[in-house]
Amino acid sequence: MSYTDATIQVLSPEGTIVENDTTAPYLPLVTKLSDAELQEMHRQMVVIRRFDIEAANLQRQGQLALWIPSLGQEAAQVGSGTATRPQDHIFPAYREHVIARMRGVDLIKIIEMLRGLTHGGWDPKASNNFHLYSVVLASQALHSTGYAMGLTLDGVTATGNPEKDEAVIVYFGDGASSQGDASEALVFAASYNTPQVFFLQNNHWAISVPVTRQSRTPLYKRPSGFGIPGVQIDGNDVLASYAVTRTVLDEARAGQGPRFIEALTYRMGAHTTSDDPTKYRDDSELDFWTAHDPIQRFDTFLRAKGAEQSFFDSIAEEGEDLAADIRARTLTLGVPQTSEIFDHVYTEAHTLMDEQSAWLAAFEASFEGSGA
Amino acid sequence: MTIESLSMAKALTAGLRAAMTADPKVILMGEDIGPLGGVFRVTEGLHAEFGGNRVMDTPLAESGIVGTAIGLAMRGYRPVVEIQFDGFIFPAFDQITTQLAKLTLRHEGRQTFPVVIRVPFGGHIGAIEHHQESPESYFAHTPGLRVISPSNPHDAYWMIQEAIASNDPVMFFEPKSRYWPKGDVDLSASGWPTYASRVVREGTDVTLVGYGPMVSMLLQAADVAAEEGTSAEVIDLRSLSPIDYAPLLASVQKTGRIVVASEAPGSVSVASEIAATIAERAFYSLEAPVLRVTGFDTPFPPAKLETKYLPDVDRILEAVDRSLAY
Repeated sequence: MSYTDATIQVLSPEGTIVENDTTAPYLPLVTKLSDAELQEMHRQMVVIRRFDIEAANLQRQGQLALWIPSLGQEAAQVGSGTATRPQDHIFPAYREHVIARMRGVDLIKIIEMLRGLTHGGWDPKASNNFHLYSVVLASQALHSTGYAMGLTLDGVTATGNPEKDEAVIVYFGDGASSQGDASEALVFAASYNTPQVFFLQNNHWAISVPVTRQSRTPLYKRPSGFGIPGVQIDGNDVLASYAVTRTVLDEARAGQGPRFIEALTYRMGAHTTSDDPTKYRDDSELDFWTAHDPIQRFDTFLRAKGAEQSFFDSIAEEGEDLAADIRARTLTLGVPQTSEIFDHVYTEAHTLMDEQSAWLAAFEASFEGSGA
Repeated sequence: MTIESLSMAKALTAGLRAAMTADPKVILMGEDIGPLGGVFRVTEGLHAEFGGNRVMDTPLAESGIVGTAIGLAMRGYRPVVEIQFDGFIFPAFDQITTQLAKLTLRHEGRQTFPVVIRVPFGGHIGAIEHHQESPESYFAHTPGLRVISPSNPHDAYWMIQEAIASNDPVMFFEPKSRYWPKGDVDLSASGWPTYASRVVREGTDVTLVGYGPMVSMLLQAADVAAEEGTSAEVIDLRSLSPIDYAPLLASVQKTGRIVVASEAPGSVSVASEIAATIAERAFYSLEAPVLRVTGFDTPFPPAKLETKYLPDVDRILEAVDRSLAY
């Protein structure tokens, strides 16, 4: 599966704006972006890619249990993340590191999770409504739909004021699209007319299984059977990702119901550091997508618009600084308190927690030199 | 004191009504719970009283119901989910055991998940496959969930309200066979903590312990045993997670003998857990091994065979006899 006639592309792979009937509704949104806003998108993409490489290196050096790269998917994420409004609620899968960063999550929290220190790590309410990663595929789709139902019940959406009306965006992938929870979320979303956007990043591979095994039809067509409009975008085009997401999120927040975007992109690296894509995919495919690299395309576009070399130098340096900072902080991370095994399993007293945590503390204290 | 004679089904309706009146964030979700009032009519009248936004007839998808209830809980609601029948809970198993049960921990306690899942459970109603099961052990085995089961209308009225008030997820197992018999409900006070087991009949020779549908069966067995000269103490467990062992241990110290009864298959079950714990903690008080009277380790049989499958008074008394023989 690759680009189709239906794929909405605002920025061509050559870095020029595509002007046609399909892009016409979106071009005003793009034109409205200032140079500073455009450069901010590029900065986010470049910096997160440097971070991503550093984190993968840390895993290879034994510092992380696992790393989940987002290499190649930066435009789909930065564009859609930029399209959200401050009052929106974001339910990620587990690869949306850059959106976490854009929402104010300290990336070390993601590192901590993948180092084996936490199962979550950040407070969604203190992170501009960026919810926790969800590792069981598509489970978060239902949570996001329930949350969106709550927005409707609370009356904080569809009042006609896009500056205040709240909406939900949920991220999932081509693999997750096969899960029952993904379909059930579409059923509930349609039934309750939720203010919600389903953002499917089709990166073409669910670990080693190609998207053709997940679906015989393009995935953007699937929601139409649920009564939800779906569109396909070039997910390596940050402007398409921005403009289309902005449009459908505003439709959803205006009470027009849920929307669905399939963003065609490519997992340029491995699924995780435990994976070996050389066993199952051809170099030619990677070559095609390397030629469609989201960052290169936008780089060309910005230079043609007059961005100066000093800008590109500064964001490269910021990436280096972030990588160095993450590396340094990773190496100083400690070990969680043993009590965290039991803390927060329940919010109220539970005898098994009390008995077992007391037993473990006494057991540990019983060893010679334990200091107890 | 305000005493009303209510069936358990109607006591639950009254309890739900009281919780919804007290807190506008309490909402009910499930299949056919709206104008119909649920297949057991537990929510009867509530749709008319509170409207469709608070008594939500959902699409027919259990994972979807529980998964969206989780999202609503994140938003500050206190959803009470009805699973139509015990055997239909498994499509929601991931959302209950892997999401709901773990999300408080994953959020490091910053976000609570006050979701109640009501599950009509157990046999003795002559229904077809998937409608008479006892799946409670799966959930009692799952860290992060609380599991409770009332055995009588009074407890049902109060325990459902306390489950809804809890900030932890609560699995609420309602014994279908006890939905219809009436009992006195004191509407002024619960009189007993939710997570505490309770001696419901005092005795000196043998301890009988069970929960939900088994409690009335154990009381009947104790009546028959008394006629035969055996004094049985009966304990209503009430909570399966956590389990309050203190009254069980005190009872075993007195009687030296204990029989644990449940409708569920006995292997690797709540009954097994109680047997193991009593053996660990009351070893020197025991005059006989801990015995279990449970459903067989088979799928629930066709209804015409259920009386052969389910523990009854005779099977409880047979275990009492075996215990006394030591």
